[in-house]
This record gives sequence, C-alpha cells and structure tokens, in this order.
Amino acid sequence: MTDRQIMTGDEIRRAIVRISHEIVEKQAGTQGLVLIGIQRRGVPLAKRIADAIEEHEGVRVPVGALDITFYRDDLSLIAQQPVVKGTDLPFDMNGATVVLVDDVLYTGRTIRCAMDAMIDFGRPRAIRLAVLIDRGHRELPIRADHVGKNVPTSREEIVRVHVAEIDGDDEVTIGRLVPAPEADAAADR
Amino acid sequence: MTTATSPSTSATATAWPHRHLIDVDVVTWPEIELIMRTAEEMKGILARPIRKVPALNGRRVTTLFYEASTRTRVSFETAARNLSADVVSISTATSSVTKGESLVDTVRTLEALGAEILVMRHGVSGAPYLAAEVFGGHVLNGGDGWHAHPTQALLDLYTMREHLPGGSLRGRKVAIVGDILHSRVARSNIWTLTAAGADLWLCGPATLLRGMDRWAAAWSGGAIPGHGRFNVTSDIEAALRDADVVMGLRIQRERMQGGLLPSLREYAARFQLNAERISLARPEAIVMHPGPMNEGVEISPDVAVSGRSVITDQVANGVAVRMALLYLLAGAHEAAPGEVVR
Repeated sequence: MTDRQIMTGDEIRRAIVRISHEIVEKQAGTQGLVLIGIQRRGVPLAKRIADAIEEHEGVRVPVGALDITFYRDDLSLIAQQPVVKGTDLPFDMNGATVVLVDDVLYTGRTIRCAMDAMIDFGRPRAIRLAVLIDRGHRELPIRADHVGKNVPTSREEIVRVHVAEIDGDDEVTIGRLVPAPEADAAADR
Repeated sequence: MTTATSPSTSATATAWPHRHLIDVDVVTWPEIELIMRTAEEMKGILARPIRKVPALNGRRVTTLFYEASTRTRVSFETAARNLSADVVSISTATSSVTKGESLVDTVRTLEALGAEILVMRHGVSGAPYLAAEVFGGHVLNGGDGWHAHPTQALLDLYTMREHLPGGSLRGRKVAIVGDILHSRVARSNIWTLTAAGADLWLCGPATLLRGMDRWAAAWSGGAIPGHGRFNVTSDIEAALRDADVVMGLRIQRERMQGGLLPSLREYAARFQLNAERISLARPEAIVMHPGPMNEGVEISPDVAVSGRSVITDQVANGVAVRMALLYLLAGAHEAAPGEVVR
C-alpha cells in the first residue's frame, strides 16, 4: 500500500486562506455568514476558515458542527450503525448564508444528507459548499462553490485528508483502496 | 477493558453487537457508554424545532404489550416515530390473543406482516427469549414479569448521570426502596448500577426482599466480572442516610400474593419516601420513580413533585434512550443463523 501525497500542510493552509477570501468576496462581507463543518474533518476545517476570515476581516464568523449520521440513505445497507459524533449549531439558521465545509467531495451523498439535516433546523437564505478536495464521481447533482484542489481519481482509490486536530498532522494522500480499510476511514466514508 | 470495573476510564464501544436487547446482563460497560452517548445525541434531536430524523425511515416497529402500560408504550412509539419508523401497535386485549393464540404464533404472524423490530411486554419472565427464538428481526424487551426492564434501567442510569456532578455513579450511594421482589426495574438496575460502580442499597420489608440477600452474597466475592457487591436491608434509615439517589418502586398490588404485607398503611408508615425520611439523604440528592406511582403509599405526594424529584426527567429521557436503542438494534445485522439469543 503506497500512499502518495497530493497536498502538503502548506498547500492546505494556502487553500484555506484562498477559500476564506472567496467566501467573503462572494458574500460581499461577513454579514449573515455562518460556517458549518460536517463531522468529523469538516469541523476543524470550518474553524480554520473562520480563523482566516477573522485574520483579514476582523470579524469572527459563527462556526457549527453537523453530524449527518441520522440522515444517511444507506443506514439499512451497512453492517453496523455508525457512531454519532454530535451536532452543535449555536446560531439561528433562518435567513443565514450557510457555507457547508467538508474535507472530500465524492458522490455528493454526504452533502445531500447535510442539506436535509440543516433544513430541519431552519430556512437558510442560501447554502454554499466549500471542500478541500473534489475527487469527482458525483452520483447526485451537487457541485462545490469553493474547492481547495480538484483531484482526478478512480473509484479504486481512496483520498485521505489528515488534519492536525484529529490526525496529528496536515496532509492529503491518495492510495489504493485496500480490502479492509482502517475502521475510522470506513466510518467516515 | 475486559471488565466493566472502571467506567470512568473505559472507552465507548464503536459498534453495537447485540441483535436483541432482552436484559442488560449481556451488555458490556463500553456498550452502555455507546448507548449513553447515542442517547445524548437523541436528546439533542428532541430539543430541535423538528423532533424527527429519517434514520429509521421505512423500518417497521411493532409494539406488542401483554400487560397494561401507558408511559413505556407511548415512549417507545414516540421514539420510533421520531426516527421516522412505521409503528404498529398491538394491545393483546383487543387481539387474537383473547382467542387463545400462542405467543409463538402471534410473533410469527407479526413477522409475516412485516415487523422488523418487536418491542414486547409480557407478564411472564423470560417470554421475550421465546419470542426471540422464533422472530427473524430484533426483539426489544419492554418489561417481562419480574425479570428485566432494560430500557428503564438505562434511562435511570442516563438520568442519574445527567444530575450527578461529574456525570459518574462511581462511589455514589443509590437507594432503591419498595417492592424489590416483584420488580424487574430493580433487577435490571442491579446490573447497570453495579457496573457503574455505584454503592447500591436495596431496601424494603423482608418479605419483599426475598432472594436478594443470596444474590448480593453471590456477587460480593466478585463472582461476575464487572459487577460488584450491593447491600440489602430493611433498615430504611441506613438505606437513605447520605444517599445521592433515592428511587422509589411501586407496590405492585396486582402481583401481591396474600401475606407479603400486613397492609398498605403499615408499609407507608415504615417505608414511604416522605419529606422527613428524604432529609436523611444528601441535601442535593435526587428522587426517582419509574412510575406509575401510588402516591401516599410508596412515595408522598409532596416528595414526588418536590425540587429534588427528577421523575418527569426520567420520562423525557426515556424517549431519548429508546431512540438510541432502536437505532442501535436496527443496525445489528450480524446475527448468524442459530446464534445464541442472549
């Protein structure tokens, strides 16, 4: 199993700074803006984007965490229920511009779940999507508004995003899907 | 982490392995932590404007109750609906059971009608084991005879952890007072509370403690890994003194054979949880009762609604804990044919 690095820690940092500028530019400011990270690795990424926005705009944008487990469309197909990791949305969703943040955009099903989950909390003015990696192979009509890096992949490959807050280091690697992937990566699909 | 002796340090299980939940005796401490953590998430759902998630969308939950119940049945059905499951509710008083249909035939019929999760209550201890032998889906025990009431014990544990500083039962004194003999709630609580490391006291008239001293003696030597000793006494003051949690149990008149109690008045005079007796417990102690209450018998009305009472919290937490169990059981697909039911 040879994993190849496709983003270094520095490249991740620059991508996050660029995405933070793009988000503010598109919104023409930070008014009504909230960031929601999808559990697990979307959550630290959303916090980093908020940090970058604070650095150049001087405004702290609210950050929430969303667990999409209960909204998955494959709960009756998988062997064991995934462990729930927690939803914390400490703001009013109604009328807000929500930027969903996740590490990897693949089939689009996670984002579909996330939108269903969010709408149970209120009616955002708009929902946008920011991802660190877009690896293609969409199964639903979903696209990202802000992308750190587009990576052409095959379905036999697996993209692993490491973030220091969870994994101890920052990098993105790509490798071959092994028959028994580590449990954590499987749970995060 | 092979035993449940150190709940404060042991990890949360990452997977739920049980196809059925008939009693908590087979549930390990890390699995209890998984239930508690999942219930916490479910409680978050109950605080939302829309108290419903699609996790069990299209799954079929059937409640089969051979004994009267309001809170347990409504709690299970509310929990199932909050997860978007389809709920069929069978009360045996208006079913073919009155025509003499056996439990096994009823269960087979319900399965043929599409039931996937069977929530059952039965007056005979062990009846859910029989149902689980013939049912192809999941059996969730809503109380069987004197034997077990696992969801009640788990919601009790959840409620205690929610109210105790630090969220741990370790070293906390828990007194369960009343009709221990007929109580499936007490029996299931013995398993969870000893696993949690609580200093557990069972208290009632000697006739309503029958057999408990033998159980306590058997466990005092560490016979069951992960479960410790507990105390059995008829001395209400010793049981209540400095308790952190006081739980009253209903005097089950319908199960009472002659001679166990001289009279309800005498029981109330000696064992009722009233303001004076509760004052023996710690000032911040909580008062619990699984319901339904006989106010004026095992608990006085003022204690039942006092600031210490968390009885309505128990009811609310029951929905969250049952949502967690329905969710976890629905994902246990691993049952191999011929698997031992327990």
